[in-house]
Amino acid sequence: MGRVADVELRNVSKVFDNAVVAVDGVSLEIEPGEFFSLLGPSGCGKTTTLRMIAGFEMPTSGEIYIEGRPMGETPPFRRNVNTVFQNYALFPHMTVADNVAFGLRMKRVPRDEITRRVREALQLVRLVGFEDRYPRQLSGGQQQRVALARALINRPRVLLLDEPLGALDLKLRKEMQLELKHLQMTVGITFIYVTHDQEEALTMSDRIAVMNAGRVLQVGTPLEIYERPSNRFVADFIGESNFLDGRVVELNGQRATVLVDDRLPVPARVQDGLAVGEQVTIAIRPEKIRLHPTGGEGAEGCVPGRVEEVVYIGTDTYYLVRLTDCCTIRVRVQNSQNRLDSGEMVGEGTEVLLSWLPETAMVLKA
Amino acid sequence: MALAEGVETQPQPPASLAARLTDWARRRTGIKLSLVLGPGAFWLLVFFLIPLGVVLAYSFASRGAYGQVIWRLTLENYTRFFDWLYIRVFLVSVWIALLTTVICLVIGYPFAFVMARVPRRWRNALLVLVMVPFWTNFLVRTYAIMLLLRNEGLINSALRWLGVIEQPITMLFTTFAVVLGLVYGYLPFMILPLYASIEKFDFTLVEAAQDLGASTWQVFTRVLLPLTMPGVVAGSILVFIPSVGAFVTPDLLGGGKVVMIGNLIQQQFLTVRHWPFGSAVSFVLMAVVLVSTMAYFRVGGERRV
Repeated sequence: MGRVADVELRNVSKVFDNAVVAVDGVSLEIEPGEFFSLLGPSGCGKTTTLRMIAGFEMPTSGEIYIEGRPMGETPPFRRNVNTVFQNYALFPHMTVADNVAFGLRMKRVPRDEITRRVREALQLVRLVGFEDRYPRQLSGGQQQRVALARALINRPRVLLLDEPLGALDLKLRKEMQLELKHLQMTVGITFIYVTHDQEEALTMSDRIAVMNAGRVLQVGTPLEIYERPSNRFVADFIGESNFLDGRVVELNGQRATVLVDDRLPVPARVQDGLAVGEQVTIAIRPEKIRLHPTGGEGAEGCVPGRVEEVVYIGTDTYYLVRLTDCCTIRVRVQNSQNRLDSGEMVGEGTEVLLSWLPETAMVLKA
Repeated sequence: MALAEGVETQPQPPASLAARLTDWARRRTGIKLSLVLGPGAFWLLVFFLIPLGVVLAYSFASRGAYGQVIWRLTLENYTRFFDWLYIRVFLVSVWIALLTTVICLVIGYPFAFVMARVPRRWRNALLVLVMVPFWTNFLVRTYAIMLLLRNEGLINSALRWLGVIEQPITMLFTTFAVVLGLVYGYLPFMILPLYASIEKFDFTLVEAAQDLGASTWQVFTRVLLPLTMPGVVAGSILVFIPSVGAFVTPDLLGGGKVVMIGNLIQQQFLTVRHWPFGSAVSFVLMAVVLVSTMAYFRVGGERRV
């Protein structure tokens, strides 16, 4: 419908003075009102990408558009975006209220309007009553909320968040994840969120761009990223995957058969352009695999193996199953029964059969 | 546990005298403290507080016909100071010291800023650059400035040779020369505390301010300056106090035409031999410096939170 993307990156690269290529030809379109995450390991270029959108770094080549306008060398204070920094970067010599009011004061907004909007912003992040405190008198979570209020009060078109929950402990982080998502839906502002925590990205995002070594490897919804990883890095970085190398030996409707280690046929999902004889890697998630005792019925399509290791982790149990001499696979089984009452079902050394739905086994081309 | 108990019950091996002394001192905090603070306190008492008391006593005494101190108590030395002649000297001193401080601040701040921002290996080079003047005697450096500023000095000769001027510009023995000399002498005392506080400054705050719409000037006045105020205060005090009481620089570069309060004191003690009046002027100077420093600290301290 000709809707203009809030933020668009066209073939953006950043090479630093020391010839390090931080960002390498990234193109992205971020829709209005979207919660968009840049996900990747440290050093993948996600923070540099964010800093280029904010205007703290200028692209070496390519162009960044905000609300359809090319940014060029526009300095940060002339961009309709605001940033929440990793360490919050609150002004230590100012009270909470002064920190939050800073942006409006810079824009010379009338005094009574500032007072009103500061109150609204603090209500939004549930910090009413903390106006006269100094940042050092607040907990990490509270500082985080001040940083959010300080950015949101300017009503930016886009809010940029650089690992904002990184410094919080696990429990608080989980709470803040939901709170952030909630906040984003309330204010309706586009969020671009940088994180290395895949769970965080999956929980909050509408769409995720997975980055590695300066490139975007895949863009998609959390569901697409997790269930249909387009390459080995994504399959490995997001969640867990077993990788089996093999050769396609049969294509049959919805089901492909891949010969692993030249002797073990396993089922996999059929995808476009797959040909018999091709060398491929299949990726399969540990929780998609079912474990059966040997000798039962329906052994057709099952893969035999022997349990080598059992690791109990509370919610689930991991089994390390050897398929062939040079190939093992991790299976994750949910502990739906009380394991103390039901007794050890499968012990180490037991022969078992593994099965999975062919469409859960992703075929990644070599 | 067992090991610790064993050690405690075991007979102590005979320790050296020094070891026993320190051990004994360790057990008595009072003695330990006086060992640590003692030498410094003794030094200050003998060479600072006692002479100060002597000067204070002199300031209430009278001058004899031959310049000797007569113990006839009087407030005359203090009332005499409120003569316009001396008040003017005093005001000129404060003015020159203020000018010196402001100029040092304006020159020193950018320098300290750059020093704190360049890569570490350049930082040490700049630090050495700041320190280098200390390797040469202050008097020698002041004479060198005289050579530069004289009517037949380097600057005038160069300007004349270039044809910029025909008559030499009088620079030596002016307020300008005195301020120049003081700025030159005390600039390092401004740069070092400024550097220390800028170096500690968290520069992501600059990005945060820019992100919130602050221009470069606003970033400076709203964020950088308030947060480096301790350095500004410390540097200003370190420059102002020695400047206001300076006497070598105004003597040599002012050549008797610019008289500062330090020269007045020096004259009273060495030339006029009116020690009681010299003492009184010293005390007035000290009181003013003390009060203004405290006021300045209070203002700087409040802005910093």
